[in-house]
Amino acid sequence: MTDTELIWRLAGGSGDGIDSTSQNFAKVLMRSGLHVFTHRHYPSRIRGGHTYTEIRTKATPVQSRGDGYNFLLALGDSFARSPDEDAYYGNEEIKPLVENLDDLRDGGIIIYDEGVIDIDDVDAVLDTSLEELAAEHDWHVYPLDLRDIATEHGREVMRNTAGVGATAALLSMDLEPFEALMSDTMSGNALEANLTILEAAYNQIRDENEIDHDVVLPDGTHEEDPILLSGSHGVAYGALDAGCRFISGYPMTPWTEVFTILSQHLPEYGGVSEQVEDEIAAAGMAIGASHAGVKAMSGSSGGGFALMSELLGTAEMTETPVVFVEAMRGGPSTGMPTKPEQGDLDHVLYSSQGDSNRVVFAPGTIRECYEQTRRAFELAYEYQLPAIVIIDQKLSGEYRTVPDSVFTESAPDPDPGTVLTEEEIKDAAHHASGTYLRFQYDADDGVVPRTLPGQKGGRFLTSGNEHNPAGHISEDPENRRRQVDRRRTKQEAIRETLDETGTHQTRYGPEDARYGILVWGSQQSTVFEAVDRLNETDDSVSALGVSEMMPFPESDVVEFLESVEEAVVVEMNSGGQFRGLVQRELGAYGDRLSSLLKYDGNPFEPAEVVDGVRAVITDDPSEAPPTTRLEPTKAANSR
Amino acid sequence: MSAFNAIGADQEVDTNAFTPGVEPRATWCPGCGDFAVLKTLKQAMVERGKNPDEVLLVTGIGCSGKLSSYFESYGFHSIHGRSLPVARAATLANPNLEVVAAGGDGDGYGIGGNHFTHTARENHDMTYIVFNNEIFGLTKGQTSPTSPKGHKSKTQPSGSAKNPIRPLEWGLNAGATYIARTAAVNPRQATEILVEAMDHDGFAHIDFLTQCPTWNKDAKQYVPYIDVQDSEDFEFDVHDRDEAAQMMRETDTRLHQGEILTGRFFVEEGRPSYSEEKRQTGQMPDEPIVEQYFDDDAEWKPSADLLDRHR
Repeated sequence: MTDTELIWRLAGGSGDGIDSTSQNFAKVLMRSGLHVFTHRHYPSRIRGGHTYTEIRTKATPVQSRGDGYNFLLALGDSFARSPDEDAYYGNEEIKPLVENLDDLRDGGIIIYDEGVIDIDDVDAVLDTSLEELAAEHDWHVYPLDLRDIATEHGREVMRNTAGVGATAALLSMDLEPFEALMSDTMSGNALEANLTILEAAYNQIRDENEIDHDVVLPDGTHEEDPILLSGSHGVAYGALDAGCRFISGYPMTPWTEVFTILSQHLPEYGGVSEQVEDEIAAAGMAIGASHAGVKAMSGSSGGGFALMSELLGTAEMTETPVVFVEAMRGGPSTGMPTKPEQGDLDHVLYSSQGDSNRVVFAPGTIRECYEQTRRAFELAYEYQLPAIVIIDQKLSGEYRTVPDSVFTESAPDPDPGTVLTEEEIKDAAHHASGTYLRFQYDADDGVVPRTLPGQKGGRFLTSGNEHNPAGHISEDPENRRRQVDRRRTKQEAIRETLDETGTHQTRYGPEDARYGILVWGSQQSTVFEAVDRLNETDDSVSALGVSEMMPFPESDVVEFLESVEEAVVVEMNSGGQFRGLVQRELGAYGDRLSSLLKYDGNPFEPAEVVDGVRAVITDDPSEAPPTTRLEPTKAANSR
Repeated sequence: MSAFNAIGADQEVDTNAFTPGVEPRATWCPGCGDFAVLKTLKQAMVERGKNPDEVLLVTGIGCSGKLSSYFESYGFHSIHGRSLPVARAATLANPNLEVVAAGGDGDGYGIGGNHFTHTARENHDMTYIVFNNEIFGLTKGQTSPTSPKGHKSKTQPSGSAKNPIRPLEWGLNAGATYIARTAAVNPRQATEILVEAMDHDGFAHIDFLTQCPTWNKDAKQYVPYIDVQDSEDFEFDVHDRDEAAQMMRETDTRLHQGEILTGRFFVEEGRPSYSEEKRQTGQMPDEPIVEQYFDDDAEWKPSADLLDRHR
């Protein structure tokens, strides 16, 4: 076991097949025994525009995208060309090469498509030459006419296959696993052409170059059977296994991924998917389906979730179980559609009128996406309130290797929660008119069992207005107080349930660490990697990944904060929203917290966390990385 | 065994079965047209042989939204303009339910207009009653989407510069397969139409003219109506889209000249309801989705079945 790693960056234009090519390459790596983590960077554009995907691979599980990278395959942006004339628009076609040089590590490899990228244009933009830069950084540059190879044996669009063949040659990989994977997904002429192109590029690199570089592919084997999937798959499969059989939504990046996966599979699972006119309808339909007895989910991203907020309150007031997903992207407003941010926490916790009475989870890994979506359904249906799963563009779109045992042991759960049978309805309390007392005051845990429309003797009225035990609108002060108190009781009961069944906070690092990091959601594993690096240099740091936002896991966080002298809250927003939540819940600990914030559209890299935390430890804010903002303790707490 | 014995239960019911212990007089003004909707809806349910346990009534907000308080059934008093999404999902979850949605002209044609368009387009098997009194009543008399041009109110003191919505043509263009207008002043016709609408296998849109005695004293709803089916002056084929459209145009114009024509304006038979369409194209199971939660023999496939594509 070594800490050797390959970080392969595939750069091109949107539409050049970056996503599919990188996924296939990642799968080949996984099948050869390695762990894989992918990171996507793309513009809000359909064709053209610089985009890249990174695949970081190691013999051990990969926690983050890492810092920089050591292998660039620059396809060039073929969509920067006018389809009508052979002219180029400006120099966009070279961006996938020139815009990626800053992060390439010394000693790294570059392959670029000299059929698309004109080296003179590159040198002109660089102000120096690529050759000089390469000499300075010990880069190994391999120009190859991928376009020519692709058109000779197939079609131009297969340039990416040629690039993969060249990559394999430079990493001394066998072509067999690539060929096997292609046979899984293609057939006929397309398969034939791709296989020929793969081999041609492989041979051309081998024949024409003397290969001498230090970038090697690590060696590894999996202890458990691995699968490669994204956080969106985790959420979608968690919903399926929780018995969700209804989804309604409106497309919005990045929520669309969860919506798409479930839309593809729900019919074969006995469910239904609805794409509707707007997010308001989507939320209303999930509520309607749930009211009628089906486990239902809806979701959106920031702006779409804003539209859902009035129905979020309706679900709370009518005590209708429902699960919403909020896949965050940069905000406010339409913000940055394809870039991650953790800026919607306050929105998710407090949106809609009145006091919040909901469950909010923020999973940090693909496994947690799966487990907490299931748990969100369990709690929503047991306690009859909305549960929200917050993810973000990073977590929803990143593909990672996980053991397949994350899923296989879990059977779907048909339990519809607290619903009375018709037999039980007969013995239940009714109003004189025959209405079932759906909102009677006395109930354990605040939960009065539901009945479903169509059940004999169970009819009741529910209302978005405050209502009395029979469901009728009431402004009676005593009724109001008792109903609010009863509904509120659910929060305590849920907290107890979570504490009993094992909470979802993840502690990482030595128990006796001097400094702490609090982190939530998608930044969790990046921070854990940073913790390892900090401890290698005796900085004595431990982290707590918090994934339960409401009800707040007070005892877990208190225990952690008690164990350290001071703590840094790492999150991807500019306002320190999670730190705000911690301070609101645990006021006394506020003066031990500072914030390390990043909000430029890119997630934290581990080195940024390392440097940022060191800046806190050494009390020298100027040491914090320029891509981040360190909010010192005193200034922040004087408000 | 079904978990929903009430559905299809053969049980003698009368209008009293649909009367809860809550008095509409609590919120509806004396002389309000809403009383007629309530009364005719109860009567129609009896004529349809329904019992209260198999009916889901979803309402919006406003005076009309309180209908669910005065009508005994499963009820969901939702929020302004949002009754339709809640109701139509219920038809997908459990197609055996008798689903009725109701709201006012502000609720249904204003804030909920987008949902109206798309619910009609999808042709969900349900009945939608819009209480149309051309005014915002519960918020004390503001101009509504159906108020005539020039209508003066506290929020439009110089008179509305907007043309009123034409609900019937809207419903037709959106794709509703049963469209009728009736009036509180004619409970006999209203009951007949409600029965037909509920019998209809698809989205039935009823523009129910009601009067607001408090805020819209000038409302034309007090004037006598003419039944387009009974009058020889208005011969048209209710199944012909073009003739129906022409009739609706004329009717909506006359409404604002003070003449009320009521009756069936369009009936499309034979088009499958949305649930049926989805079942036929394999997008929805044959059995009601809700039933599988209560069926011991239901097959619950794990998501692990999908993992091979990720290996």
